[in-house]
Amino acid sequence: MANVIDGVKYTKEHEWIKIEGDVAIEGLTDYAQSELSDIVMVELPDVGRKTKAGDAIGTIEAVKAVTDIYAGLSGEVTEVNEKVTADPALVNKDPYGEGWLYKIKIEDAKEVDNLLSPEQYKELIEKK
Amino acid sequence: MAKKTPFYEKHVQNKGKIVEFAGFLMPVQFEGIIPEHNAVRDSVGVFDVSHMGEVEIKGSDRVKFVNYVTTNDASQLAINQVQYSTMLYPDAGIVDDLLVYNLADRVLLVVNAANTEKDYMWILENKKYDVEIENISDAVGQLAIQGPKAEPVMQKLFDVDLSTLKYYWTTETNMKGIPVVLSRTGYTGEDGFEVYLDKKYAADVWDMIFSAGQDFGIRPIGLGARDTLRFEMRYCLYGNDIDKTTNPLEAGLSWIVRLNKDEFIGKEPLLAIKQRGIQRKLVGLEALGKGIPRQHQEIHAGDEKVGFVTSGTFAPSLKKGISMGYVNLVHAKVGNKLKVMGKEPIEVEIIKGPFYKHGSHK
Repeated sequence: MANVIDGVKYTKEHEWIKIEGDVAIEGLTDYAQSELSDIVMVELPDVGRKTKAGDAIGTIEAVKAVTDIYAGLSGEVTEVNEKVTADPALVNKDPYGEGWLYKIKIEDAKEVDNLLSPEQYKELIEKK
Repeated sequence: MAKKTPFYEKHVQNKGKIVEFAGFLMPVQFEGIIPEHNAVRDSVGVFDVSHMGEVEIKGSDRVKFVNYVTTNDASQLAINQVQYSTMLYPDAGIVDDLLVYNLADRVLLVVNAANTEKDYMWILENKKYDVEIENISDAVGQLAIQGPKAEPVMQKLFDVDLSTLKYYWTTETNMKGIPVVLSRTGYTGEDGFEVYLDKKYAADVWDMIFSAGQDFGIRPIGLGARDTLRFEMRYCLYGNDIDKTTNPLEAGLSWIVRLNKDEFIGKEPLLAIKQRGIQRKLVGLEALGKGIPRQHQEIHAGDEKVGFVTSGTFAPSLKKGISMGYVNLVHAKVGNKLKVMGKEPIEVEIIKGPFYKHGSHK
């Protein structure tokens, strides 16, 4: 069973979002990395890019599958994890830790209310 | 309801991720596609291929009949020799690709899992001469033991000297007392064996092989790595690269088509195709930059669509994207650079031979 951790929010597109003040750290959930398996390429947005919640802003390629990375919140990308572009398997090994993808400066704090709680996300993946 | 192979319990014990494939519950991976792939390239791994179908042909005209329903020349086979071949429809579309085992008292046809029923019906429909045809798939377990260390592992289990069993030869023998058909075959590009057994011996055979291979780090391999391994060798997969809408000449399989042999199903249209020339060709396409071509994507030369991708994957041994696809003949030259239309266009080059050129098979 996939690991769903507490202390973060989730999206229907299988991203986790950790809110730290006005900055959000986003990554791929354990469920998503395990479904994709063997991630071999990660393309992240450029720092400074303005995103709208729901935008496709990057790509994750696994051996057998490919998926877009969708922005969970609107804002400006302030940092991307260069470690995962160099070593994409980090997303498989440590999806909630070293495998984080990017940070954005939150534009509209109200959007956080649209995100899923760990319980809601658990329900979503159990239905699959 | 999906079927289970006789090794299903072993896959669950080994924590395989089980999916439904060709009507069977099969492990798609154990520890991961890449480590499993590398284990086969570097040492040895075991594939459950019991989902493959086996059709047995008996009777005095068995070789003559097989020669009629397949494209390679079965009449040239010595006893205990194995041959890769195709079966065609009368319009030269491919029914299946298969292995032909010319055993002492019968011919064994080994076919793709998803096609077993279709193939069996096709063979029955075209029955002629003195033959008996039986689909024995449900009674047979099959394992493939593949990798440069396959021989030292398997030698522990057989009295016969396996170094004398050459590539594409088989022997009916026993494995520590269990009757098996053993062949030096596989679909990975590595040295290796395939072993066919009565399914009641499945658990024993599995345990014997794994205990013999312990020192070599032997491990179970899922369908995911089976696909990347075959793909790096540019071996065709039925349903992706070949099917009833493709003929063996355009698929690069003319080496298993013998147009000079006696009548066989599909011969006339193939002669006609050969005479007027093929229009398109299945080629190997290696990605030059990043990006991984995927099945069904279009292949372009400039702005013009000149083909489509039939299989695409990341190649663990090459660490880049590779693909196969049909390309209009004028654009199908080795060295030609084309674009695969992914979300971003991916620059690809047509390569010669297999993608992976260091396989251990002899």
